[in-house]
Amino acid sequence: MTSTAMSGSYLGEGSGPRAWLLTTDHKRVAWLYLVSLTAFFFLGGAMAVLMRIELATPAGDLVSDDVYNRLFSLHGIIMVWFFLVPSIPATLGNFLLPLMIGARDLAFPRLNLASWYVFIFGSLFALFSVVAGGVDTGWTFYTPLSTLYANGFVSTAASGVFIVGFSTIMTGINFIVTVHTLRAPGLTWFRLPIFVWTLYATSLVMVLATPVLAASLILIVLERVFGIGIFNPDLGGDPLLFQHLFWFYSHPAVYIMILPGMGVVSEVLPCFSRRPLFGYKAVAMSSMAIAVFGFLVWGHHMFVSGQSAYAGVVFSFLSFCVAIPSAIKVFNWSLTLRKGEISFETPMLYALFFLGLFTFGGLAGLFLAALAVDVHVHDTYFVIAHFHYIMVGGMVTAYMAGVHFWWPKLTGRMYSETAGRIAATVTFVGFNLTFFPQYVLGFDGMPRRYHTYPPEFQFWNVLSSAGAVVLAIGYLMPLFYLGWSLFRGARAADNPWNATGLEWQTSSPPPPHNFETMPVVTRPAYAYDMKGLEHERFSPHREEAAG
Amino acid sequence: MSGTESIAFDTPKRERRADSFAMWVFIGSEAMLFGAIFLVFLVAHLDFGPAFAAASKHLSLPLGTFNTAVLITSSFTMALAHMLARHRRWRATVWALMTTSALGACFLIVKGIEYSKEISEGLAPLLGLPFRYTGPDPVHAEFFFGLYFAMTSLHALHLIGGIVVIAGMIALWPTASPAGRLRRVAAVGLYWHFIDIIWVFMFPVFYLINR
Amino acid sequence: MSFGVPFFPQEASSEAGHVDALFYTLLAFSVILGFSLTALVVGYAVKYRVGSPADRTGQRSRNLWLEMSWTIASLIIAFIFFGWGAILFVRRDHPPADALEITGLGKQWMWEFRQPGGQREINELHVPVGKPVVVSLASQDVIHSFYVPAFRIKQDAVPGRTTHIWFIATEPGRYHLFCAQYCGTQHSEMGGWVTVLPPERYSAWLNSQGEGETLAASGEKLFRALGCSGCHSASSKVRAPSLEDIFGRPVALDNQQTVIADERYLRDSILNPEKEIAAGYEPVMPSFDGLIDEGELQMLLAYLKSLSPQPAAGAMP
Repeated sequence: MTSTAMSGSYLGEGSGPRAWLLTTDHKRVAWLYLVSLTAFFFLGGAMAVLMRIELATPAGDLVSDDVYNRLFSLHGIIMVWFFLVPSIPATLGNFLLPLMIGARDLAFPRLNLASWYVFIFGSLFALFSVVAGGVDTGWTFYTPLSTLYANGFVSTAASGVFIVGFSTIMTGINFIVTVHTLRAPGLTWFRLPIFVWTLYATSLVMVLATPVLAASLILIVLERVFGIGIFNPDLGGDPLLFQHLFWFYSHPAVYIMILPGMGVVSEVLPCFSRRPLFGYKAVAMSSMAIAVFGFLVWGHHMFVSGQSAYAGVVFSFLSFCVAIPSAIKVFNWSLTLRKGEISFETPMLYALFFLGLFTFGGLAGLFLAALAVDVHVHDTYFVIAHFHYIMVGGMVTAYMAGVHFWWPKLTGRMYSETAGRIAATVTFVGFNLTFFPQYVLGFDGMPRRYHTYPPEFQFWNVLSSAGAVVLAIGYLMPLFYLGWSLFRGARAADNPWNATGLEWQTSSPPPPHNFETMPVVTRPAYAYDMKGLEHERFSPHREEAAG
Repeated sequence: MSGTESIAFDTPKRERRADSFAMWVFIGSEAMLFGAIFLVFLVAHLDFGPAFAAASKHLSLPLGTFNTAVLITSSFTMALAHMLARHRRWRATVWALMTTSALGACFLIVKGIEYSKEISEGLAPLLGLPFRYTGPDPVHAEFFFGLYFAMTSLHALHLIGGIVVIAGMIALWPTASPAGRLRRVAAVGLYWHFIDIIWVFMFPVFYLINR
Repeated sequence: MSFGVPFFPQEASSEAGHVDALFYTLLAFSVILGFSLTALVVGYAVKYRVGSPADRTGQRSRNLWLEMSWTIASLIIAFIFFGWGAILFVRRDHPPADALEITGLGKQWMWEFRQPGGQREINELHVPVGKPVVVSLASQDVIHSFYVPAFRIKQDAVPGRTTHIWFIATEPGRYHLFCAQYCGTQHSEMGGWVTVLPPERYSAWLNSQGEGETLAASGEKLFRALGCSGCHSASSKVRAPSLEDIFGRPVALDNQQTVIADERYLRDSILNPEKEIAAGYEPVMPSFDGLIDEGELQMLLAYLKSLSPQPAAGAMP
């Protein structure tokens, strides 16, 4: 990356470890996150593959029950807190938020770098608990199992999650303040790209929900280490209190794990259909509605926990309400395609796959919100399938769409389009093969977190395990062709997709302070129907004469 | 860039606004943290009111009251520091800040005395120390003391954080620009008042529930 | 069951059919909506692909009428499913009065049941067909969950409280019993079978198990052994409330409030007697927290309940 085209870009500003590890440039911090999160994604993924291989047969023959329990606990902890929560916000969000609103950097560049160090510090705790022998509480840390009975490294893992919470809050505060104070002249709230709206909504949830998780984790560690009994029924405590606190955080956290993905798709679909996003205001407002309603539905994780039936009814009602903004979004995305000029580059393929997977995951959410059905499928593979459709089929697919869409901006290079399309398709097929059978398993009554299972469930488990292998290949492929493009890829044009966002108006890769001249905004977002843009085709590669 | 600390801002004024806005957002976040634990306390109090009331009598009301007064005074000196900084009276500002952190330290010392008293009386259900309690319903009194130690030590940690930040601010004082000084005093001031308010909630909850 | 590949689970309780009706309606709705959307998206993708000759005039990027109508339609459909699910769910809270009461205790990693006649079973539960059965669940250690897929029922057993679940089995047979809430190392082995027998075979089975001591009888022995009877009997010198016929009755408290003496009240009065003190009595009872285990508590509760032969209406949860 030392060639002349890179000089003058943020990538050309020094290349030693010092220049990267002490940077306050949001674009470089985004890369620090990208590299660390990729490592965690494959660590968590490897655990998932091991579990799926174990589950190919009904007997517990590959790993022992204790090992299996540690695998799913660590898979959950790593994937939720060390990949999904920071995934899009800390990488793409970090890189793009200032670019999209025409700012030179985030409001607090040093806080941004500090958040990465806090993340790494917290992840050391988590990695220590992996190496030292694991945790066997499940990612939910339910008491009193986690406080009185579990024998893994619960305190270390909980401390890791607790510390990473600080990093989440730092990112959230930084984003909120940036959006409020650093928008370019003319960039009113209703001209913001939806990706910025969703990052804003996500940040609100991060700032207000994470401390409640912190509180419950503090209480768990105090209970384990110091022996106070807040969740221990023998000391007058109440184990359900923990579930209330935990889900008060973790349900909003589910929206941390999907809203940014919705934002990415709202950027990609209009660009590759050459159409403005259908119903812009409804999509923007539904993101805020999801963030707010998300705080009111935690009790739907506890329909069979022994909480009052009437609380269950209220939470079920609110859960159906929170489904509406998501439904609105799906309709709007679909209608965006109408009368467009649609082409199917890799980011668009991922975005279309997102649309399908998110729809089928969301519809399964209706089953779970319907009380009487939830009583049957709660804590079964139906739930596993549902949230993997949303978090992996939704969020990870959107993440891949975003990485491919903005790759030329991140690196100044293009990847192999053919390889990209193949990887997207393999992922889609592998995903459905892995997780669709789990819906059937759940309805048939196979409980989650089972190391062994009755033989009649084997057929669907074998399908699911086979799918996991395909899915793993689909996720490994980009590692190679994107890695290759970093060094050998063709030079990308400044605006390879002829997209409208401000981030495309600067060079690829952008200069250290983002813009040579500070932009002024005169148009709404996604003005693909404006004169001159609607029929422009892509010219992804930098023209040699210009280079 | 014209006197701003972050390259993102054009003018110090915008940066100062962003700073105090960020501090408000952070305080919102902290309020959720303390709010959650207060909620736990209130739920427990509904269940075991009499045991909690009896246990509360074992705390030292004079020391608690004294500490409340100390913290309120420190908030006053912090407000004074902010006012002086706005008038660019830097020396006086530093003195006000030092008084504030000294009062904070005084609070911590008194709290430490209280803790050691409670530990020597066997009221601390921590680290496997024996819990010796003579009142009725020791099981739930122990629960009360668990919450008491959890919440007050969380508050003390925040106070220590505040003192460290003020110390750092004074250490960096000579190199900071006037705009930077004012910005920091304003933001740290907000945080300090917030910690103070948390204590103002904790004091009646722990010390006054049955008096 | 087609070619050994399970698609649909068996239905073996009175609730299963109702739950499945809602499930299949949701399934039909999801399939129709999901595949219509897929067809729409694929249709657009093909029709408006780059370079296609399709007519692109009259583009719109907002349509208030359309947006309002799909929002309202989604709301209405959501409320229908909500109401349907809620009605079935609330029924789960109201077992028939003549139900057979079985106690279930979860512990790492097994289920222990006591039939009304005192017969004890581990990881096996025998119930008669066509008769309502209530299982009162408690846990010795961590949270467990009683789950019988064929009955479409599930309920957590939470330490420190009693929860209930009821069902009417409709088909004789053997059905899986699972623990659905992760409970530690051998979570997946914690379970067994629910055996549904025709009534006459059920009675025969009960007889073959021998006349065990009923739970209430064990409770009565415990009541004496722990010294409860020393105070709570009419002849005692210490003044303590009589427990005759207490279950399900209102109790006046010293703080002017009245509570129904349900299982929660009785449990709390044993473990945490100072919390709610009956009006007119001194708070002299010691707490039995830590002195008796969950199984013994179940026995005491069964004994106290047996003192009121006809529980007042509303006492059953």
